Amino acid sequence: MPAAGITIANRLMRYKLLAITLIMFGFGFALVPFYDEICRVTGVRELFKANEPVVENTQVDTTRKIALEFDANTQRLGWTFHPLESHVDVHPGQVTQVVYEVRNTQNREITGQAVPSYGPERAGQYFQKLECFCFRQQTLGPGEVRQMPVVFIIDPNMPKDLNTVTLSYTFFEVAGVQKKPG
Amino acid sequence: MSAVIDNHAPAHGHDSHDHGDHHGAPHGLMRWVTTTNHKDIGTMYLWFSFIMFLVGGVMALTIRAELFEPGLQIVSPEFFNTMTTYHGLIMVFGAIMPAFVGFANWLIPLMIGAPDMAFPRMNNWSFWLLPPAGILLMSSFLLPGGAAGVGWTMYAPLTSQMGPGMDTTIFAVHLLGMSSIMGSINIITTILNMRAPGMTMMKMPMFVWTWLITAYLLIAVMPVLAGAVTMTLTDRHFGTSFFNAAGGGDPVLYQHIFWFFGHPEVYIIAIPAFGVVSQVIPAFSRKPLFGYASMVYATSSIAILSFIVWAHHMYTVGMPVAGQLYFMYATMLIAVPTGVKVFNWVATMWKGSLTFETPMLFALGFLFLFTLGGFTGLVLSLVPVDVQLQDTYYVVAHFHYVMVAGALFSAFAGVYFWFPKWTGKMYDEKLGKIHFWLTLVFFNMIFFVQHFLGLAGMPRRIPDYNPQFTEFNQISTIGAFGFGLSQLLFLYILLKAIKSGKPAEQKQWDGADTLEWTHLPTPMPYHTFENPPTVK
Repeated sequence: MPAAGITIANRLMRYKLLAITLIMFGFGFALVPFYDEICRVTGVRELFKANEPVVENTQVDTTRKIALEFDANTQRLGWTFHPLESHVDVHPGQVTQVVYEVRNTQNREITGQAVPSYGPERAGQYFQKLECFCFRQQTLGPGEVRQMPVVFIIDPNMPKDLNTVTLSYTFFEVAGVQKKPG
Repeated sequence: MSAVIDNHAPAHGHDSHDHGDHHGAPHGLMRWVTTTNHKDIGTMYLWFSFIMFLVGGVMALTIRAELFEPGLQIVSPEFFNTMTTYHGLIMVFGAIMPAFVGFANWLIPLMIGAPDMAFPRMNNWSFWLLPPAGILLMSSFLLPGGAAGVGWTMYAPLTSQMGPGMDTTIFAVHLLGMSSIMGSINIITTILNMRAPGMTMMKMPMFVWTWLITAYLLIAVMPVLAGAVTMTLTDRHFGTSFFNAAGGGDPVLYQHIFWFFGHPEVYIIAIPAFGVVSQVIPAFSRKPLFGYASMVYATSSIAILSFIVWAHHMYTVGMPVAGQLYFMYATMLIAVPTGVKVFNWVATMWKGSLTFETPMLFALGFLFLFTLGGFTGLVLSLVPVDVQLQDTYYVVAHFHYVMVAGALFSAFAGVYFWFPKWTGKMYDEKLGKIHFWLTLVFFNMIFFVQHFLGLAGMPRRIPDYNPQFTEFNQISTIGAFGFGLSQLLFLYILLKAIKSGKPAEQKQWDGADTLEWTHLPTPMPYHTFENPPTVK
């Protein structure tokens, strides 16, 4: 059998090892401010901001300026329809947004579809639309007002002789669309 | 009941005894509940780990069955996630770690000539925390929301979104951690304070050395894991924001804290496995271990290095290149002491009188396959490669080569090696060899093909996959079921040997030279070394 002295030594050892355990438990929590400080000093969290040039659209052709005119019509449809700005100047390659407002002046729900046209006609192929209300049918309830965006880029390859372009939308009623029950 | 050393133990009781009185084990269920005998506790650890091994194995088979074909067939993706999570948790904390603690309990007192562990009652408690932890883990499957499908690493922010199954898992990890820490305190104290006269540190068997180092690793990092899951718990319920970005915390912080535990944990599993192999290979080579001192230093170096390489598990979280380079080089450095160990094992066999009984076969299987797993680890340590392979099946293949072919093969080697000593019965050598070959072939069938799957880009932890991966997955699944069934053969071998095994000799293996073989009869008495042997 072990002498009593060894048992005391064992108990002493147990306290030492328990102390290490507690210290390491605290160490886990100490890592929280430690990492905070490390990240602050080394700027790890700004990894994707520092030394990085401001993101620019290199496709913008600033040597040219195109005058764009916006036109809006309705065809036998009880809506009023107009762009908020009728004229903007843009560089080719620049992402541009214009907003149109449409109002249903009738007492019934109407579904319409906008059809674009361009003047001159050949400018149309250089309009790259990212988002347009003309992509889908629009349904307006009685008296409803809606503002709708068109987001587009003028293709930098647009022929040099085109300096003024008109974008015209005409809304047609889509017949046969029934009001959904409920 | 029969506390041999702890001076707080009651001196009286229905089976209390005079010191030095050799008597057999008490009988009945209460023997196991109240035992403070290191042999009983070691046995319970080993059986517990085997049961958990089967439970975790069934989960692995569920995963493999789902992956037999692309598409979703058997389980829902949510359940699949819980399977990968609990397979990992149960195999790591429920099967492999308790298995080696079982070896430690059985063997450390015998190998250093101590009568028992230093704190026998704490030893009892260490073990009996495990079944509640296991029940708590499994009970999370019954809770609303089901068990936590967060992966065994329990990364934030997933952990803050799980149902109450996450909380039971966290508490289970707390219990498992306490058990490991108490076990480690016991092991360190036993080794440092209770060696027989003449048993100097540098005469200790290699297995004892590896456990001393492992136990230090455990008390250093298990509290850190406990801290990490406690932070998760307070984030979930008490309004803290350690890992919650919305409250100013950082989910990546969890990964740093977890892997500060997680990487040493890898060595907590591997180093005792090294220890077992370091006993088995010399015994069947009939030569002393080559380069004993360098083994001690190499193992210590691995343990120390394991603290400074954690972030190689998280190369892709967005750390500066300087950080990636540091962790890459530090990780590659670990190959050096590991290489020393592999060299020493091979050199031990050099010109030895080799025989190939089952323990030796498993040790050799360990040596080949663990080294292969080490090499894939070296591949993964390279930042540019790891960025490609992060979270693919290549990683799965890598860590199963070190966890299964490393730790599990070593545990099998150890069980076959010491089984005759523990029980006094000899297992069926022929069946043992069949078990080895089935295990070896099916193991490679499961995991070798996963290297190719990973290189081709199949992500891990996903229940569905691109049909181009089908063939390799089917090979892997068939291998998994073969592997699982082979382990039932292992159970049969053990039960058959316990029931009707031939009596084993005192020194069943020629080359075995540690105290339990040279100084103790077979079968062993319930109490051993009450008078310490003198080591020359």
